[in-house]
Amino acid sequence: MALVGGYTEKMWESIRKVEETRKDRCEKQYPAISLEKGEELLNKYHPDYKEGNTREIHVGPSKGSKVVQELADLLEAYPRINPDLIDLSKVDMETDVLIIGGGGAGASAALLASMNGAHVTLVTKLRIGDANTIMAQGGIQAADKDNDNPAIHYLDIIGGGHFDNNPELVKALVMDAPGIIAWLEELGVMFDKEEDGTMITIHGGGTSRKRMHSARDYTGGEIMKTLRDEVKNNSESIEIVEFSPAVELMLDEEGRAAGAILFNLETEEYLVMRSKAVIIATGGFGRLHIQNFPTTNHYGATADGLVMGYRAGLKLLFMDTVQYHPTGAAYPEQIIGQLVTEKVRGTGAEPVNAHGEQFVYPLEPRDIEAAALIREVESGNGIETPTGMKGVWLDTPIVELKHGKGFLEKNFPAMYRQNMRFDINMAETPILVYPTLHYQNGGLEIASDCRTAIPGLFIAGEVSGGVHGRNRLMGNSLLDVLVFGRRAGTTATEYIQGVSLGKPTLNHVKSYIKELEKLNIPRDRVAPMILPDYTRKETKEKQLTTNYLGTLW
Amino acid sequence: MDDAMVRIYIMGKEYKVPGNLTILTAMEYAGYKIKRGAGCREGFCGACATVYRFKDDYKLKADLACQTKVEDGMFLAQLPFVPAQMAIYDINKLKPVVGVFQELYPENFKCVSCNACTKACPQDIKVMDYIQAIVREDLARAADLSFDCIMCGLCAMRCPAEIAQYNVAILARRLYGKYLVPRAEHTKKRIEELDKGMWENEVRELMSISKEELKEKYTSRDREED
Repeated sequence: MALVGGYTEKMWESIRKVEETRKDRCEKQYPAISLEKGEELLNKYHPDYKEGNTREIHVGPSKGSKVVQELADLLEAYPRINPDLIDLSKVDMETDVLIIGGGGAGASAALLASMNGAHVTLVTKLRIGDANTIMAQGGIQAADKDNDNPAIHYLDIIGGGHFDNNPELVKALVMDAPGIIAWLEELGVMFDKEEDGTMITIHGGGTSRKRMHSARDYTGGEIMKTLRDEVKNNSESIEIVEFSPAVELMLDEEGRAAGAILFNLETEEYLVMRSKAVIIATGGFGRLHIQNFPTTNHYGATADGLVMGYRAGLKLLFMDTVQYHPTGAAYPEQIIGQLVTEKVRGTGAEPVNAHGEQFVYPLEPRDIEAAALIREVESGNGIETPTGMKGVWLDTPIVELKHGKGFLEKNFPAMYRQNMRFDINMAETPILVYPTLHYQNGGLEIASDCRTAIPGLFIAGEVSGGVHGRNRLMGNSLLDVLVFGRRAGTTATEYIQGVSLGKPTLNHVKSYIKELEKLNIPRDRVAPMILPDYTRKETKEKQLTTNYLGTLW
Repeated sequence: MDDAMVRIYIMGKEYKVPGNLTILTAMEYAGYKIKRGAGCREGFCGACATVYRFKDDYKLKADLACQTKVEDGMFLAQLPFVPAQMAIYDINKLKPVVGVFQELYPENFKCVSCNACTKACPQDIKVMDYIQAIVREDLARAADLSFDCIMCGLCAMRCPAEIAQYNVAILARRLYGKYLVPRAEHTKKRIEELDKGMWENEVRELMSISKEELKEKYTSRDREED
């Protein structure tokens, strides 16, 4: 099949229609949807509202509540370890504050705990920085300009979250935000700025003020690289242990957090790590591929922290909602599901259907925008790719019509480069998009200082629930991991003063197993998942090994 | 054309895989469960640096496994780890001057201008140019040129002068961002307000009103023009 500029002739027929309407669209503003119409759209088209999306869970502290099917399978699953086979008296490692997870939340927590005098061990499944933080492109919100303030930021968040957010958490998020920006400047993060230092800020979906701060389209990358560098430069107080995911928490006899069981991915040993406090910063669940959606998430986003925290006794919030990012790549096949940052729409790009018509305001909150794209494709107005995938156009050349030639390459180097690898010049032709699984809106219940129902156990970042309600806005996740990562580091260090290492037990795991046995859960359902399985069925049938299922029972 | 099977050689061993896959998904198709060698799977983390060449060609090429389509005849291996040196420093005690680099990364000044680093970069960064910019104490240019670096380490692996370019680059960017770019005055001002307790009442007010009142405020809020 001959491709011109990356597209087939059939796709070009539709592109020409997009080109025909571009000038007109550039001069008009498509109206935003009302609250009522928005609800209607969600009900009809958002994947969260699909029959059979969730099921009631029958085990653990949130027994009786509904969570998405794929997560329910992990909560109603046996541990990887047989607790009777682990000798807890043989301690492999010890630390003051154990941080599980090496993304933005884990790194910020490590820096603050270290700054406050704690000895920190940061353990992570892959490498430090292999996390959703490093892939965040568009920006970070903070109400730090004259026409804006934390109350306006608060209102945007709570409306985007359908008024179900935890108010105390939202307050922490908006009030800490300007301080986070200044902290990052202090660390050397290169924000997009005017010559005098004024931040260049733009809109995101659902914002009423331009408060999106960015670093080209590598905002999360720039932040994560800087935090990682700073963590590594504090090697006297922060130890990093990579390729060693935690698979189970340990509690002492009084029910306080006492460390974790780690799994050395390479030697396949299970190790006992004792600590005075534990911070879970393991991120979200994109790699569960809810409803078979492709995902923007990193390789390790498998909900391990949710599983461990839940087994230890923490409640889950909003696990029936999932964020589908409106614009994942739908073409070419090699990058399906990968993120097309909302910043592209923030600077003027518009979703357009096969006939060149606009059908939605480009900057609705993400759930509404995603539902509108799905509606358009399901109504037969999508564009089909040679492999049968369907999507709508994101008209990117219109951005240069508004801001001038060269704007996209300069401000979106990652996007531009990614498309050019496949001969698509996004400054000249639109790109094809469709919603992709992006974010875990809910998570484990926390207080605004990151404390939980378990003494000594703290939680920060995407693994937590409540701050974003039922739908997160763009730019509030980078903010979330930094605000609550820092808070967790500080609170954990306060907590360990006067706390001595307890005698670790896995009693909570043993009682969880008893509950599972009563429910007759199939024995081969094992969690945490650690890494998603992309092995083909044909290969699997010949791999007669147990490696990836955990310890032998 | 895309659907045809191609022959690739993973660490020298032959596998037939569909030609529309990336190097990363082709390895998974072949039966590999990847532990080292995959991170974000979207071209942002640098975990999947891969070195390859084509059968009957002597030239070594380098790219990211997650962003590169397989091609017939590829001989490939992934870098599991790059054992390059990283200097330890306290950024607060440094100055944005060339002397810092002379002290922390003296090998940076032994660059022989061979351009092997630039050729190896999967991000098409002008690596050699930013190393030279640092030598000239032009940190603004070094920071700008190296901005898209994902720290995969391929440059360092090809460098005959033993420079760990990507580690040198992040130091340059941090020094530039911290010392040479003016801070945002409006951010400082807002923090001073918050320190004085400003905005506390406005936020508390929103926390105390009913959902209906919140909805009313939300729908009637004004939006800053594009």
